[in-house]
Amino acid sequence: MARAVSSRRKTIVTIVAWVIAFVIFFPILYTVITSLKTEREAIDGISLIPSGTFENYVEVQAQRDYWKPFTNSVIISIGSTLIGLVIAIPAAWAMAFSPTKRTKDILMWMLSTKMMPAVGVLVPLYLLFRDTGLLDTRLGLTIVLTLVNLPIIVWMLYTYFREIPGEILEAARMDGASLMKEIVYVLTPMAVPGIASTLLLNIILAWNESFWTIRLTAANAAPLTAFIASFSSPLGLFWAKLSAASTLAIAPVLIMGWFSQKQLVRGLTFGAVK
Amino acid sequence: MGSISLQKVHKAFGNTVVIPEVNLEIADNEFVVFVGPSGCGKSTLLRLIAGLEDMTGGTISIDGKDVTREPPARRGLSMVFQSYALYPHMTVYGNIAFPLKMAGMEKSAIDTKVRDAARILNLTDYLERRPGQLSGGQRQRVAIGRAIVREPKAFLFDEPLSNLDAALRGSMRLEISELHHKLQTTMIYVTHDQIEAMTMADKIVVLNAGNVEQVGSPLELYRNPQNLFVAGFIGSPRMNFLQGETARKLGAATIGIRPEHLELSTSEGLWKGEVGVAEHLGSDTFLHIDVAGVGQITARADGEFALRHGETVYLSPVEKQLHRFNDEGRAI
Repeated sequence: MARAVSSRRKTIVTIVAWVIAFVIFFPILYTVITSLKTEREAIDGISLIPSGTFENYVEVQAQRDYWKPFTNSVIISIGSTLIGLVIAIPAAWAMAFSPTKRTKDILMWMLSTKMMPAVGVLVPLYLLFRDTGLLDTRLGLTIVLTLVNLPIIVWMLYTYFREIPGEILEAARMDGASLMKEIVYVLTPMAVPGIASTLLLNIILAWNESFWTIRLTAANAAPLTAFIASFSSPLGLFWAKLSAASTLAIAPVLIMGWFSQKQLVRGLTFGAVK
Repeated sequence: MGSISLQKVHKAFGNTVVIPEVNLEIADNEFVVFVGPSGCGKSTLLRLIAGLEDMTGGTISIDGKDVTREPPARRGLSMVFQSYALYPHMTVYGNIAFPLKMAGMEKSAIDTKVRDAARILNLTDYLERRPGQLSGGQRQRVAIGRAIVREPKAFLFDEPLSNLDAALRGSMRLEISELHHKLQTTMIYVTHDQIEAMTMADKIVVLNAGNVEQVGSPLELYRNPQNLFVAGFIGSPRMNFLQGETARKLGAATIGIRPEHLELSTSEGLWKGEVGVAEHLGSDTFLHIDVAGVGQITARADGEFALRHGETVYLSPVEKQLHRFNDEGRAI
């Protein structure tokens, strides 16, 4: 009897989960469907069956080169994440293994910078970039995205490092390992899953970041977010082409996310369940 | 060689003094056990010797050389942790080889040493396994293997058996003692279990609130405890303490009588009591007896001494085995 109830409950939970997943996924699905419609079909109302034309993709590529913003996105997102990791690993290490009275405060302060509306520092940052020649450069965007995502990288790594027992690192010290060897031979191999999921999540966050990438770039350093935005103006709205551009922009990160979902879920839920 | 000397060792965490001042000499080849209740500072003292904690004051010398400011790696000591602290991503072979790899030893020499250690510890069949695939006892042996391959000046053990079940604890205790005879190396062993301390140690250091209460061989501590704390801590079941009129009659502020130093009879004796709880262990029987005007007394009787709850029993302390303490709790 108990088993019957539990299996019915399981079915309901599964159905609810699928419905929620579908609702979350629907905008992406509808973007892909719209990209396969003609412009007329796209404004004619909701329809889930496209005519299956690929002309939007051809036209999008003909109007603006896809590969340049794609390359910019790759360089900026991977570059900012790697620089972020280089800064965050020692920071998280120090906070996890040599905490002081202020460690928690520092962590909260770092997180609080994410709560600040970005627009609040837009003007000073814009002027700073203009005066230092960083406007519309990959370097400039890489610096901004590193700083924007650094609190999240530090927090994720800190949470992960905290799960590594300090005694294992002490054992390495007793076994004659220097600090560098301790990090290379013991901490890093043990933290690889955590570092990998942090890396993946931050590449995705940097890839999707649109506030700064649109405002601080023009033609040279514009990544895919600016590529999408360029289709919403100036000749009016072309929904099918906009959808084709969006699909092209999110496809790489969607594919990467799909293949690394196990790693991502592990990274995001780490420390929550023991 | 592995003599260790602690001079005026002092440790405080902020305003909390954990170890006020410890002076201790540990001779080469000696098996020294630090014993005391939880929070008495014994693990902290071991970590200070290892170099895993910075000292607030004092000096530590190993073989006559001051190592107070040396990092753990340069002290030439090996440590076995309570949680084993094995490297989970390495095989048993990798774990045991790690300290040799850190010392920059050649691969062929590492291989010989790892296989020798594995043979001594019966781990040869498990060399390719990871720690997660081993039982508690095997993990403990890997931790010991990792410690012995370095041929350290001294071994430090931090409650290494406390995560094992009672039967395994007994056999591992023997193995560690045998290892000490085989290796002839100084060992410092921290435990809260006084049976481990009594059975393994050449010298016991009894600690209480960061202070050394007494240092001596197991039998010295058992026969001549210097104060009430040591008297109560060493020996199982615990020593009985009598105060008041009964103690004054025997010429002390407190009288200590070990449960095994009471003569029991069903017909006559100095004190008359009633059996509260009788614990029959087979070889021995522990009787918890309520004695009017004296209090509750624990006595150890022969396993055949079949008294039950509520029955009357007579007790007489063996005069020459009495321990007398003054008002300050010091032995007279």
